[in-house]
Amino acid sequence: MTTPLSATESPAESPAESPLRPVRLPRRWLLLASALLVGVVVVGMAVGPAGVPLSGIVVEIVNYLPGVDLDGGLSDLESAVLWELRAPRIVLGLLVGGMLALAGAGYQGVFRNPLADPYLLGVAAGAGLGATLAIVTTADRLLLPIAAFVGACVGVAATYGLGRSAGGRSSDSLILAGVAVAAFLTAIQTYVNQRHSDSLREVYGWILGRLLTAGWGDVVMVLPYIAVAAAVILAHRRLLDVMSVGHAEAGGLGVPAARVRLVVVLAATLGTAAAVAVSGLIGFVGIVVPHLVRMLAGTSYRIVLPLAAIVGAAFLVGADLIARTIVAPGELPVGVVTAFVGAPFFTLVLRTSRGPA
Amino acid sequence: MSGLVASRVGIDLLGRTVIDDVSVTVPAGGWLTLVGPNGAGKSTLLRIFAGGVAHRGRVDFDGVRLAGLGSRERARTVAVVPQEPARPSGMTVLDYVLLGRTPYVPYLGIESAADVAIVGELLEVLDLRPLASRSVTSLSSGEFQRVVLGRALAQQAPLLLLDEPTTALDLGHAQHVLELVDELRVARELTVVSALHDLTFAGQFADRIAMLVDGAVAAEGVASDVLTEELIATHYGARVRVVADTDRGVVVVPVRDRARQEASP
Repeated sequence: MTTPLSATESPAESPAESPLRPVRLPRRWLLLASALLVGVVVVGMAVGPAGVPLSGIVVEIVNYLPGVDLDGGLSDLESAVLWELRAPRIVLGLLVGGMLALAGAGYQGVFRNPLADPYLLGVAAGAGLGATLAIVTTADRLLLPIAAFVGACVGVAATYGLGRSAGGRSSDSLILAGVAVAAFLTAIQTYVNQRHSDSLREVYGWILGRLLTAGWGDVVMVLPYIAVAAAVILAHRRLLDVMSVGHAEAGGLGVPAARVRLVVVLAATLGTAAAVAVSGLIGFVGIVVPHLVRMLAGTSYRIVLPLAAIVGAAFLVGADLIARTIVAPGELPVGVVTAFVGAPFFTLVLRTSRGPA
Repeated sequence: MSGLVASRVGIDLLGRTVIDDVSVTVPAGGWLTLVGPNGAGKSTLLRIFAGGVAHRGRVDFDGVRLAGLGSRERARTVAVVPQEPARPSGMTVLDYVLLGRTPYVPYLGIESAADVAIVGELLEVLDLRPLASRSVTSLSSGEFQRVVLGRALAQQAPLLLLDEPTTALDLGHAQHVLELVDELRVARELTVVSALHDLTFAGQFADRIAMLVDGAVAAEGVASDVLTEELIATHYGARVRVVADTDRGVVVVPVRDRARQEASP
């Protein structure tokens, strides 16, 4: 190996002695995203129709540290507002927002499609049909999330079955099957809606997405699904980077691409179904947050996945804060806010960032 | 025997027989180049050698049947330089070459310091060290081809497959890449199988040449036996002069048909 190789082509533009550093999550972005998250949570705890003093809130939170027992001077009512109304709603927002962003990033990775979102494979249409059927057939609202969850799973199962029978294992046939299943299920849902126009408003409200909670029940219900789904997706961060060269090349590098795609899609779908079951169809988070992170911090999934989870959580809690305060004492559906605030912001970042997402 | 042994290999794609009963052997450390007109099955045969597709017959490397290996084990045995490799946006040269370490990285883990050291040494060998932190999307075709070669070498596989590695390159860069492959073959005792369009490059760089026509081997041997004016006229429908090049094979020069040239004003 003595021949000088291509000395003409690479003038020493960067110092050759700098150490080799593989891609990793930049600490400053992690700190920034975490600070954003903490800030949004604190503001979310402090703001609401019932005035609760900020100092009391801080003391209440600090009291949860082991060995600390201070008197924040909050009344029982104020304490209840904080811990039974605001806190569960915020925690639910964190879980749903983080999950939708993570699922979106996961779908975009395995399908190598920048337009993939958590609702790609019939999740939304299935959940919408399930929720609609629950609303029109029963007055028991505790059944609604279960019906939505089952509907979401049925939608994805139908997509997978149709995609496999139609075109084997290719991504395109799966995505097209998702389009067909979504159109079919939405048609049924619209028909059911038309037959029960009295409940139209409630169905409509659910579809636009909202984070209404009654205590910690919803949080406890979705937490296991979202925890497992998030852990599985995050564990695939390096494999998703390998998949970015395409299925065939990834296979040549020793990655069972079809299996990786199946596992990530299952995890993302399960997590999305759980999120949709309690929050309705909140759009925009799953597609925009991962792209935002890519444009600002880097395209490797080692960066995109953790940051998307944090930023998605902060974004949804922030959007919900606006949703419940801007027309107080009324509320806007949070899905309206995510799109109304998110779209101009995303456009701004798109214009100012250099490379393509 | 050691090296690559393919016996009675065949494959049907979309109801058409693309590779039909091909048997070739490449001794360990040798370089076989596949030539043949468009659609003859060169890329498909390389895909079979890479072990990822179901096919008839069997392909062994160093006495081990490639189809029987798991995907990680296979990636440690066979490395492929694809014809049109994807360029993931935003990925640096270092991270791209590190993809070649995938068969050694734990399934859900990330690469170790040892992996980075191996890749660092490769970057020095390939003269890519100054480009390590550049994005692969910002590289010229010649630079990127060396980076893709780096990724394949990072797999530390004894069998290297190259599918038209010079298609996107100008004459100088093409020559340079093939020269580099030859040096690495000797230094690392690699067995190389390549598909090449350019018959002169084929005639200059390989030990042996197999001419594929309609999925079957029409001729096989050293350059001067396979790259003859008659065989090229028959199978490519091309008029060429073949010039013997002292000790390193042959030079194939296309020449224009005089009769046709005079018929058109």
